[in-house]
Amino acid sequence: MAVDMSQFFRLFFDEADEMLGNLEKLLLSMDVQAVDMEDINALFRVAHTIKGGASTFGFDDLIEITHAMESMLDQIRHGQANFTPAHQAAFLQAKDVLKMQVDGLRQGSAVDAAQVAQVRAVLAAMAQQAPVAAQQPVAAPPPPDVFVPASSAPESEDFELFEPLPSVPTTQAHDAVDGAEPPTRKVPVRAEPVAGSIEASTIRVNIDKVDQLLNLVGELVITQAMLVQRSQTLASAQHGDLLNGISQLSRNTRDLQDSVMSIRMMPMDFVFSRFPRLVHELSSKLGKSIQLVTEGDSTELDKGLIEKIIDPLTHLVRNSIDHGIEVPALREKRGKSETGQIRLCAMHQGGHIVIEVHDDGAGLDRGKIVAKARSQGRKIEATATDEEVWQLIFLPGFSTAEIVTDVSGRGVGMDVVKRNIHALGGTVSVSSRAGLGSTIRISLPLTMAILDGMSVRVGSETYMLPLSNVVESFRPPACDVKGMNGQGWVVHVRGEYLPVISLAEVFHTEARSADPASGILVVLATETGRAALWVDELVGQQQVVVKNIETNYRKVANVSGATILGDGCVSLIVDVGAILSER
Amino acid sequence: MKKILVVDDSRSLRQMVVFTLQQAGYQVTEAGDGVEALEVASGQAFDLVLTDQNMPRMDGLTLIQNLRRKVEFLSTPLLVLTTEADSAMKVQARAAGATGWIAKPFDPQRLLDVVVRMIGGG
Repeated sequence: MAVDMSQFFRLFFDEADEMLGNLEKLLLSMDVQAVDMEDINALFRVAHTIKGGASTFGFDDLIEITHAMESMLDQIRHGQANFTPAHQAAFLQAKDVLKMQVDGLRQGSAVDAAQVAQVRAVLAAMAQQAPVAAQQPVAAPPPPDVFVPASSAPESEDFELFEPLPSVPTTQAHDAVDGAEPPTRKVPVRAEPVAGSIEASTIRVNIDKVDQLLNLVGELVITQAMLVQRSQTLASAQHGDLLNGISQLSRNTRDLQDSVMSIRMMPMDFVFSRFPRLVHELSSKLGKSIQLVTEGDSTELDKGLIEKIIDPLTHLVRNSIDHGIEVPALREKRGKSETGQIRLCAMHQGGHIVIEVHDDGAGLDRGKIVAKARSQGRKIEATATDEEVWQLIFLPGFSTAEIVTDVSGRGVGMDVVKRNIHALGGTVSVSSRAGLGSTIRISLPLTMAILDGMSVRVGSETYMLPLSNVVESFRPPACDVKGMNGQGWVVHVRGEYLPVISLAEVFHTEARSADPASGILVVLATETGRAALWVDELVGQQQVVVKNIETNYRKVANVSGATILGDGCVSLIVDVGAILSER
Repeated sequence: MKKILVVDDSRSLRQMVVFTLQQAGYQVTEAGDGVEALEVASGQAFDLVLTDQNMPRMDGLTLIQNLRRKVEFLSTPLLVLTTEADSAMKVQARAAGATGWIAKPFDPQRLLDVVVRMIGGG
């Protein structure tokens, strides 16, 4: 019977990935000063299992490094060598190389041979240093399928029974065993995609298929909205069944939409899991002692968003390590524990996910920030609130490296972080207390595909405003609207004057209302400011499917996307941030 | 139908062994480590047990020791699948009550030959 080994490849790769992830986690959580033998055993099992699978499935590339790790760990667990920080560092490097090799075998991605050779050399050198290395050279691994024969004559080199079997006639079988070919080892170069998945509980689906599904659901939502709109004129007495059917369709469509959206959701652990390594390496480089705590690892976020949040979040964590947490001596002097803490939390709040990066370090330095801002020619009132001062760090050219601490930065400022988050439809805010630490708070929509919108009409056009930007809307009394000598208008709202922006002017159409007082004002807010938008009419509030204009046409100023309304008309989604910052 | 218990913490290797044996007509039960195997074995008897040695929670030899204490497993063939086929391991395996060992890595056909020889065809 021929068994096609390739059907097990994918499971092996998944398993190897998972085990390498565990390996890293274990290595990073280990206390090198007081090594727990259970951890060593667990590390050994990882190396051993990957090596076993690799040799069974013919992935010889993986064997050498796992074998070297296994040998060293075996010595350590038998008390012949001690686990040192050097082991920790070397094994972390080895993990990276193994991951690269596994990816190479699976996806055909590039494998850096020099890096492989380097890690091999590091491991070999360490094995040489081991106190017992003289008696037991481990640097030159024997081929994995050769084993020491037993003292009693074995029946064959790879199989032996300790006692003869009484029940089964052995002669015939024995011949079969003796006559059997030695196990041939397949040498597949690359795994072919596996048709049927081995694990029944999950299936892997191409993301394109999910996106297509999402698109179709989007179209369905539009069709459903259209039906709802058309049916509004029907008398319920005559068309009761039809109207019931339509309301049921609405419910089912919403459920279907939620289900499809949830397919794209991934746990934040996908992002958080890469930080222990970063914290470990950066803190040891800077001579700091830092503990990383994550909360809400299972909080889910859209796949598209989660991939784009990695870079900004990495930047924030680096900042906290670099500039936030103080060196142990200073921390002690300030009466804090020598080990600093960085906490990453993710949680759902309404239709948003909130991600916080908190450190218990020095906090932002108000004096330095204000001084820096003034040196750049900005006017900062001495009475400015802390919140106003903290906002300054998000300005372009305001590198935190230069102002918050004297440690050199990497040339990427907080303005980039803010821009990236903003591009995802999210917001960033800071809170900080001197000596106690800072918290950066990122708020993101759960998905970029669906938007809660407020539709408004100007002239004959309908526009969509993101509901998250809408504060209130009202018809102002004429006395509250003041002209500015032909330079536009302002409106007095509860003791505050807000500039009035005419949506008709923004999009070069004609408003039906002659002045703001005869139209409707919608107060919009972003983190940069507030303004009142002058429109003719409010249409209503609805969830819309966002269609990208750029991919089909080109970037249009003041427009962030488009959507199709229930009546089949296209409506532009107003880029509130853009029209507010223009003024 | 002959029943075989396969114990290995590696899902891919376990899958390969299980698939091979099922193709040959055996009824196969899986366990991910020694503890799980003991739980499975407390409810039923098997014609053969194939176990990995290095596993979390409980290793293969400890599993074999525990199985041998059960009446149902007094004469059941218990095989260790191991990469460490040196004499020290063999002495330990024999002492624990193992029937024999098969060296890893192995070819699926080779495994099947050994199983057929031990308990007959599925």
